[in-house]
Amino acid sequence: MDLYEYQAKDLFAAHGVPVLPGEVADNPADAKAIAAKYGQPVVVKAQVKTGGRGKAGGVKLASTADETEEKASAILGLDIKGHIVHRVLVTPASDIAEEYYFSFLLDRANRTFLAMASVEGGMDIEEVAATKPEALAKIHIDAIKGVDAAKATEIADAANFPAEVKDQVVDVIVKLWETFVAEDATLVEVNPLVRDPQGKIVALDGKVTLDENADFRHPAHAELVDKQAEDPLEAKAKEKGLNYVKLDGQVGIIGNGAGLVMSTLDVVAYAGEKHGVKPANFLDIGGGASAEVMANGLDVILHDADVRSVFVNVFGGITACDAVANGIVAALEILGDEATKPLVVRLDGNNVEEGRRILAEANHPLVTVVDTMDNAAAKAAELAAAGV
Amino acid sequence: MAIFLNENSKVIVQGMTGAEGTKHTKRMLASGTNIVGGVNPRKAGTKVDFDGHVLPVFGTVKEAMEATGADVTVIFVPPAFAKAAAIEAIDAEIPLAVVITEGIPVHDTAYFWAHAVATGNKTRIIGPNCPGIISPGKSNAGIIPADIAGSGKIGLVSKSGTLTYQMMYELRDFGFSTAIGIGGDPIIGTTHIDALQAFQDDPETSAIVMIGEIGGDAEERAAAYIKENVTKPVVGYVAGFTAPEGKTMGHAGAIVSGSAGTAQAKKEALEAAGVKVGKTPSETAALMREIMQGL
Repeated sequence: MDLYEYQAKDLFAAHGVPVLPGEVADNPADAKAIAAKYGQPVVVKAQVKTGGRGKAGGVKLASTADETEEKASAILGLDIKGHIVHRVLVTPASDIAEEYYFSFLLDRANRTFLAMASVEGGMDIEEVAATKPEALAKIHIDAIKGVDAAKATEIADAANFPAEVKDQVVDVIVKLWETFVAEDATLVEVNPLVRDPQGKIVALDGKVTLDENADFRHPAHAELVDKQAEDPLEAKAKEKGLNYVKLDGQVGIIGNGAGLVMSTLDVVAYAGEKHGVKPANFLDIGGGASAEVMANGLDVILHDADVRSVFVNVFGGITACDAVANGIVAALEILGDEATKPLVVRLDGNNVEEGRRILAEANHPLVTVVDTMDNAAAKAAELAAAGV
Repeated sequence: MAIFLNENSKVIVQGMTGAEGTKHTKRMLASGTNIVGGVNPRKAGTKVDFDGHVLPVFGTVKEAMEATGADVTVIFVPPAFAKAAAIEAIDAEIPLAVVITEGIPVHDTAYFWAHAVATGNKTRIIGPNCPGIISPGKSNAGIIPADIAGSGKIGLVSKSGTLTYQMMYELRDFGFSTAIGIGGDPIIGTTHIDALQAFQDDPETSAIVMIGEIGGDAEERAAAYIKENVTKPVVGYVAGFTAPEGKTMGHAGAIVSGSAGTAQAKKEALEAAGVKVGKTPSETAALMREIMQGL
């Protein structure tokens, strides 16, 4: 789960990383009130989970409370790379002497963690990384030893942090590592990490990605989920424990196993090219899918207004095809008249004969059973096109 | 021969007495795996009857190995306990640990992997979040259904479980030396490259199917490895050509970030290494079919 800047900075503060004060507003009047409280120039920052906010006009300086209201009004509602701004962070403006870059992240290739640091931080860090790779230090972290002051010093030296701020930077690096480990993050990024004219080091921005697999040991992380911004169908699916991602096509997809579902999206996309239709979603009902899980999945997809047809693609490994077939029949019964979209079903593997028999016996008018993945995808695409 | 797992493998199950462990121990036994015991410190000294196969429960992996000569462990313990279970297996220096558990925090996986490296890589780790490994007709360590395909000369390595099954099904008339699901997590033990290397060295494997998916650069690295080191024919498939940027597709590792990790980039890298890449599972199977018929 990606966090908003203000959430990331709250976590930083909780682990002793220096940040500036700030408050969040979801309307211009509140933004004005926050600025009035600070009684000094502020920065109004769009809270969206994507980069490039500054370049998109999502970060603005305001010297008075009235100006803060204007700037907040301009930023709220902006569309930044497909993310609509619902909230702004109002924070006291700070003078910046230098901008640095720092992050901890997963290094998949080396199966460990990586620290990246540069004294050329700021908006153009991607360009620095591409054109001057020597200016971005990359240091591997041993997952057992972690980052102590000695390791942090090694990182700071590799990135050539100036001597006068090195002690502070080392301290910040150690605390960011503590944040990274204690919160089970897969990314902790500070860009920019700034030195102010008085020589103080502050994390001016923050990006944190949390590992949802670790939610079981972080009950507090549940409060960081932005329910308002979630797609309503995604929220509904999540509530039912389904692995669902909404896409922008017309063919609803249900399958078992992430790889097979991704593959199903591809096959449907190819089959849909000549009909002008695309996959409407990713939905993985998992390895041991029961009838109930199948019913929940169909319930979510059939309530997607964009969906014109549904392709259920199951290879029964652990999942038994008869359970899947029963799930389809049960779901259609529960949904009753609400189920109006054609279903194309392809079953193979564990107990496939019984699964096909159950579907044949139910003989539901909306259900077509097709024997291969390719033919089923073609049929689902054709039905979606006919239903548009 | 097969790779990593064969008819002489003696298998123990960590978490054998749990719901998943019980179910899959039965399935593994039914497919002919030589399972010699289980591990659960709270039930050490007891015995469990699996439809006539009575298996002893040991307190630790080390004890189980000493008593039975086990050389493979399959780990089914819940995510919160998987790190400790893996470390126990590594400390016991069991040659192969297959971690089936899904949903292990990546910091835990990074930790036990670092522990394996620090102690000299005595234990090959497969997974986590994987379906395991099967050498059909010889042994089955994990949850891959044994009845999809029999033994043959194709080696299969895949990030995805159900695509492993799908591909085995498509090519069931040829059969497999070994099929291995390496898992879709961002950090895994055995990689595509490890499996490719083993298949290249295995006299019973004639050709290799490699299945990847979006995210990371494991397929690109495998492509570079193939170009330099693999002389057997390799056919590839990459799932997720139409996956949008920034959306995680089920596997924790399956996400396209920026320009990195796209299926197209992986396909191009594999093709540049001489690998024939199918657009769909059936097309991939057809490519392998041609190769097998020409051998």
